[in-house]
Amino acid sequence: MAAAGSPSVFMVAVNGQIESGQFPGFDDLYCKFCFVYGQDWVPAAGLEEGISQITSKSDVAPTTFVWNFPIDITFKSTNPSGWPQIVVSVYGPDFFGNDVVRGYGAVHIPFTPGRHKRTIAMFVPESTSKLQKFTSWFTGRRPEFTDPKVVARGEGREVTRVRSQGFVTISFNVVTKDMKKLGYDVSPSDMQNPSLVPATERILKY
Amino acid sequence: MFCLSGLPPVPSTSRMGFSELSIRERMREKLKAARTKAEAALSQEDLGPRPRHLKSIRERKAELRLDEGVSALGLNYRRSAQNDYPSAEEAYNFFTLNFDPEPEGMKVGAQKRSELNEEEAEEYVETHEEEQEEDETKMPENMQPRYLEDEGLYAEERPYVSPSNQNILENRILRQEQVKWFGDDGRILALPNPIRQSSTRPPVFSMEEGIPPELETIYRKAIKTTAANQYLVGPGDFQGPFQLDIDISGLIFTHHPCFSREHVLAAKLAQLYDQYLARKQKNLTELLTDKVFLGGGMTFTSLILYICLYISRQTRRLRDAEQEKDRMLLKSIIKVWKEMKSLREFQKFTNTPMKLCLRKEEVDQRSDEKAYEAEIQAEISELQEEYMEEYEKKMEEYKTELQEWKSWKKAQSEKKKKKKDLQEEESIEDYDLGEEPVKPVPPKMVDSLQIEQQVREKANNFRRKPGEPALIPELVLSGSITPSEQCPRAEVLRREDVNKRSAFIKVFFNSKEVSRTVTRPLSSDFRVHFGQIFNLQIFNWPESLKLQIYETTGLSSTTLLAEVFIPVPETTVLTGSAPMEEIEFSSNQRVMLDHEGVGSDVSFSFEADGSNQMTLMTSGKISNSVSWAVGEKGIPLIPPVSQQNTGIPSALKNIDAIASIGTSGLTDMKKLAKWAAETKLDPNDPNNAALMQMIMVPSSGEANIPDFFRLEQLQQEFNFVSDEEFNRSKRFRLLQLRNEEVAEFRNYKQVPLHEREISEKIFQEYEKRLHERDVIDSKHYLDARRAVVASYLQKVRESVINRFLIAKHHFLLSDLVNEEEIPTLGILGLGLFKLAEPKRPLKPRRKERKKVTAQNLSDGDIKLLVNIIRAYDIPVRKAVTSKLQPSKSSRSFNEMFAASPSAQSPTNNVDWAFDQVLVRPFVEVSFQRTVCRTTTAEGPNPNWNEELEFPFRAPNGDYSTHSLQSVKDEVFINIFDEVLHDVTEDDRDRGRGIRTRVERHWLGCVKIPFTTIYFQARIDGTFKVNIPPVLLGYSKEKNLGIERGYDSVRNLSEGSYITLFITIEPQLVPGESVREKFDTQEDEKLLQAAEKYEVECTSKFPNRQCLTTVIDLNGKTVFITRYIKPLNPPQELLDALPNSSQTTAELVARYVALIPFLPDSVSFAGICDLWCTSDQFLDLLAGDEEEHAVLLCNYFLGMGKKAWLIIGNAIPEGQTTYVLTLEQSQYVIWNPSTGCFYKHYDTFCPLQSVYCLISCDNIWFNIQQWDSPVRISFDISKPKLWKPFFSRSLPYPGLCSVQPEELVYQHSDKAAAVELQGRIEKILKEKIMEWRPRHLTRWNRYCTSTLRNFLPLLEQNQGKDVEDDHQTELQKQLGDYRVSGFPIHMPFSEVRPLVEAVHSTGVHTIDVSNVEFALAVYVHPYPQNVLSTWIYVASLVRNR
Repeated sequence: MAAAGSPSVFMVAVNGQIESGQFPGFDDLYCKFCFVYGQDWVPAAGLEEGISQITSKSDVAPTTFVWNFPIDITFKSTNPSGWPQIVVSVYGPDFFGNDVVRGYGAVHIPFTPGRHKRTIAMFVPESTSKLQKFTSWFTGRRPEFTDPKVVARGEGREVTRVRSQGFVTISFNVVTKDMKKLGYDVSPSDMQNPSLVPATERILKY
Repeated sequence: MFCLSGLPPVPSTSRMGFSELSIRERMREKLKAARTKAEAALSQEDLGPRPRHLKSIRERKAELRLDEGVSALGLNYRRSAQNDYPSAEEAYNFFTLNFDPEPEGMKVGAQKRSELNEEEAEEYVETHEEEQEEDETKMPENMQPRYLEDEGLYAEERPYVSPSNQNILENRILRQEQVKWFGDDGRILALPNPIRQSSTRPPVFSMEEGIPPELETIYRKAIKTTAANQYLVGPGDFQGPFQLDIDISGLIFTHHPCFSREHVLAAKLAQLYDQYLARKQKNLTELLTDKVFLGGGMTFTSLILYICLYISRQTRRLRDAEQEKDRMLLKSIIKVWKEMKSLREFQKFTNTPMKLCLRKEEVDQRSDEKAYEAEIQAEISELQEEYMEEYEKKMEEYKTELQEWKSWKKAQSEKKKKKKDLQEEESIEDYDLGEEPVKPVPPKMVDSLQIEQQVREKANNFRRKPGEPALIPELVLSGSITPSEQCPRAEVLRREDVNKRSAFIKVFFNSKEVSRTVTRPLSSDFRVHFGQIFNLQIFNWPESLKLQIYETTGLSSTTLLAEVFIPVPETTVLTGSAPMEEIEFSSNQRVMLDHEGVGSDVSFSFEADGSNQMTLMTSGKISNSVSWAVGEKGIPLIPPVSQQNTGIPSALKNIDAIASIGTSGLTDMKKLAKWAAETKLDPNDPNNAALMQMIMVPSSGEANIPDFFRLEQLQQEFNFVSDEEFNRSKRFRLLQLRNEEVAEFRNYKQVPLHEREISEKIFQEYEKRLHERDVIDSKHYLDARRAVVASYLQKVRESVINRFLIAKHHFLLSDLVNEEEIPTLGILGLGLFKLAEPKRPLKPRRKERKKVTAQNLSDGDIKLLVNIIRAYDIPVRKAVTSKLQPSKSSRSFNEMFAASPSAQSPTNNVDWAFDQVLVRPFVEVSFQRTVCRTTTAEGPNPNWNEELEFPFRAPNGDYSTHSLQSVKDEVFINIFDEVLHDVTEDDRDRGRGIRTRVERHWLGCVKIPFTTIYFQARIDGTFKVNIPPVLLGYSKEKNLGIERGYDSVRNLSEGSYITLFITIEPQLVPGESVREKFDTQEDEKLLQAAEKYEVECTSKFPNRQCLTTVIDLNGKTVFITRYIKPLNPPQELLDALPNSSQTTAELVARYVALIPFLPDSVSFAGICDLWCTSDQFLDLLAGDEEEHAVLLCNYFLGMGKKAWLIIGNAIPEGQTTYVLTLEQSQYVIWNPSTGCFYKHYDTFCPLQSVYCLISCDNIWFNIQQWDSPVRISFDISKPKLWKPFFSRSLPYPGLCSVQPEELVYQHSDKAAAVELQGRIEKILKEKIMEWRPRHLTRWNRYCTSTLRNFLPLLEQNQGKDVEDDHQTELQKQLGDYRVSGFPIHMPFSEVRPLVEAVHSTGVHTIDVSNVEFALAVYVHPYPQNVLSTWIYVASLVRNR
């Protein structure tokens, strides 16, 4: 990687953590994450997938599930199209102790360098009928996406029905390399030195 | 309203809107001019009563002026005199608001209210008590409610709240003692009603009633996908859609059953008037008159004069006729008009607005008379001349006659008769006549007076009298129609009937309805206006254009009135320049009506007594225009002439520019100009004006119009890069191609960021492919025809794959969401039953594994498991010594020539021979270049039971379903015989050590394509081993005596078998076929029935496939029975063996099997089965089971057999199609792709299950318990066993077949076959040498020629029963060679499979130093270029 010369790829290093989740009414949840990215992206280092510990909700008032599960991955790419997304899916036991899905969600990794916090609203696919709903509840085999990566893509979503269920908060620290050199200027023009400016607190509110 | 005190409340001024202020301002300006004098006095007064108010002088002045203005305007306002001056806004309100008379009490209240500050409120409260009882509590103490509305201020409308609710709320607030919620008027504060009375959005009007406009469907033009159609087999290339614009503007009835009598007359009148106008426009009379004078005025001599006179006379006669006609027309117009007038008078109402005015054109009496007289004179003189001529002629005749008479009657006394005449010439004649006797009556001279009288009379009759005013009729539509209420009942009924009627027109193109107009009501003057333009996008040359006129009465009945054919426009008639044409139509429909309408085809009369009857038919005119549309680039969308069926003669072609250079030529100016020069186009011909102008403009360069029009001006700003740059950039191109999912780039990862990093090589392959698509590579295929077919197939494949790629993006719920199915009672029951199952059963069964969707798989995840269990009847080596085992078979005496090691040492002892096993087979399986083998077993019925494992690599590491489906790899299962050779050089070494060489001899193979395994999930069964017809050194032992009885059953069938189990670990979910609805030409009802039938069948037997419709090569759904039709097999095959039907059938089956096999699943990636018709199949010479089966079935039907198509499951093909025939009350199952046939109860029949039977007129679905052919009955007449598609409830509608009437075969081309034979041989020899790079490859010519002579024999016998003779012969000829080799028989399609087949035998692998090879190829041609290829490859080792 001859950084001095003209680079042929740009790099995006992401670290951070899946901080917490809010799933009222559920307990003992764990989450899985994976990345979905375009054909021009290659993970250069770090973990593409991960599965967290099971966390129980606290007894005191803010009943959030805290995972603090670290993410650390570096991508290299030649094309901003297909910018990586993190896909988070949360699972936990149901009433009968069957492991069922509690939420799917995805969010793009922030473009700009710096610290970012994202709250993802989660959802699960719905049963196709009331009877199905009952049997799936009874058998503990709730409808699931064949592949959690579905939630990062738009194709074919029109055939599904989902129910929103909970939130997951993720914090990202993004470092980019050679983006500007290659002509991809993602920082605002008035931002001379991104490190001096406090992180854009654009937590998506739902 | 005005306040008494005139004190404008302060808050109200602050509330004034801007507009109010400005209006006031203006008002003030106006009044200023009128008010000046009392200003000073008033201002003094002003200071008196209102000292407390803070007001600018200016404002006060204005108020005063306003007040003055009010009085000045003379309005009666009773308080204006006494009160104080109203404020400006009050004045304004006075002018702008409606002034309602006010009840006295209110006025009082208002007065009081305005004096709030003076605290006098009692009276007011009285008036408002009823409405609001709690006003006092709601208002601050000592406050009176103010009513802004009553004060004349604008109070916005409050939203409606029911009084009870309002009270509840008010009470609630009052209890909290929060008074701030109440306004000045004591009511709760409320924002104005936000709902607007009128909507700001324009209403959307729905075309159809009852459907909300949002949900209304919008009609979009059907778009013909070119992909589906562009690869049609046959001639005629597709040039894009053409467009015909049909403009139907309206319809006029010249007669209609609802016509009243008056209408009839009106129509007649209109018609006559039209005629009159037309005549007037032509002005024939005038023209002829001019001509007459022209002719008359000319003075020429002799002949010319004579001709002139003659012409003049003729014209005069014509002129007279025309004049007479004119006059008659005028007369009849007037007559009809009179009749109409009298009718109107009689019936006391008018129906038509028609009115005829006769305009008199005064003429100058004198000049007119003069002209008249002159004309008459001219005519008279002319007539006289004419008569004179006639007279002279007659005179001549008379003279000759007289002479004759004289000769035979000279003696007769002379008589003289003088004839009186006026003219001089006649006196001369008189003189002549004077001497003659008058036996032949001399001609009489016409009296000039008589002539004159005649002429004048004629002129009187049909010429305008001199001085008489010229009558010019004018038809106007200004008359008033009597309104319905004044008409009698019958007439009212008629009018109502007319109102009920409406008409529409259907447009038929090539006698197919393409569109129709909207239904428009008939107007009272019997006109229907449509004004619709239909743009017909057409593909075929129009043969006919037809309009059908329909009339609807009321809501229900629709009747076809008439059909009108419109001429197809000339190629020069383009939209925009096409004139409107009127086409007449009439109908012979008989309509009788019970009201004033005269009806159609019903006689009626105008007379009271019923005489003078007339009968009229419904008739009318359609005004329309048909023209060719002009395309986007100004190219007329006209099909080229070649498409026209009627051959246009070349002369015409020259004249018609479009016909000769095509439509696209019109845009090419040079071409056009050149053509114009060539054809010597007449530039003065008005027909060519447009064309000439077009040519002139660019050549003269006058018009410099930019050749583009930019609609989106900002497009350039939004462009990412400029178009040139975009096209130049390799990177963008790569990204674009990848996005389009072009095969080469579909999974291209990491497109480089820089141009320079992209090498040109990436595109080379793609471009090559694009290039090759058009260029037919004959080198690869050896046969030009096959090259064409291959490129055609490639195109079909591409279009299908494109279709698939689109369909891949359609998802079903099951693709995205995993949902457990609801467990049924049966499953629950089974679950319970399972609990009782033994944990370790004695006969374990294979359990279904969980299927894995091929998504997150990578190399090494998938394994192919091949379990080789056992084999039966492997060929055995020929007996070592014939002497020892003479009883084995009669063949053994010629087994000197055996490839066994014993051949080397015939002198070996007997013990050794006994030890020698018959055969030591082992199985070698190769898949994706991985080769595994089993251990060596012994004997002809070996039992291996070994599992071999192969890693599976998907192409390009793409494990998607689509990619897996298109894997072309095959699993080769080869059976070899392991032969030990003693390589001990001499006997001295023997005993010291054993030196043997292991040799393997190929015995046969089984090939299973990976796709079959993939789709079947597992393959389990016994397969017939493909063993060459001649296996030198081996024989199929019929060792019945030696083996157990069990095997004797198997030996009944010929061939060797191997039992296999193949599966993929983990089990992959095969991709589903495309869920795409294809367009079709089938009847909708039939399709529905088919769908129903399929659902019914599959619900009962979900595992059995029910096939009713299939997709043809054009991607259209076709009902399956249309494929079955008796067809003629090639005559050569029928003639070959005329007396044996059995052998002929076999021969035909073999012929069909010789057509190369091309599995759909590979070429079309399991998307859909495309069914070719038999002629397409024979054209393409490639197809899969169903094409073979359809052809074979059709041949059998053509041969008069009873035959059906079997849809079923077979190994190893999986879902397949076989043919069933009934021969001598026995069912025979034919495998169409191998040509083999099996008896009904043959256990080794590869057909495992039977789902459907299809004949040419029905489909039967197997509803028997079993589907294995040995267990079912094929008796389709039993509805309990076979469920028919067409039954009594749904009779067979007589579907026509898609197959051709007859197949035409090309004769076999022997010379081409010989040439091909040579080329294949050359290629194969080169290949073998290539495969042996380290060894010298020697060719044994002698052996080769022997083999070559032998191959035709094999072909003749179809590879059967030649072994013995062949071996004898070969042995004779090659006595001292050890030969190992075999013939391979294949249908010919390409060279590559031949090369592979030769390679797979491994003949070339022999590495004995002195080995020689022999290779012979024989190609036998069959009709229609079906080639049977034999390759005999052998290795020879010279015996020492």
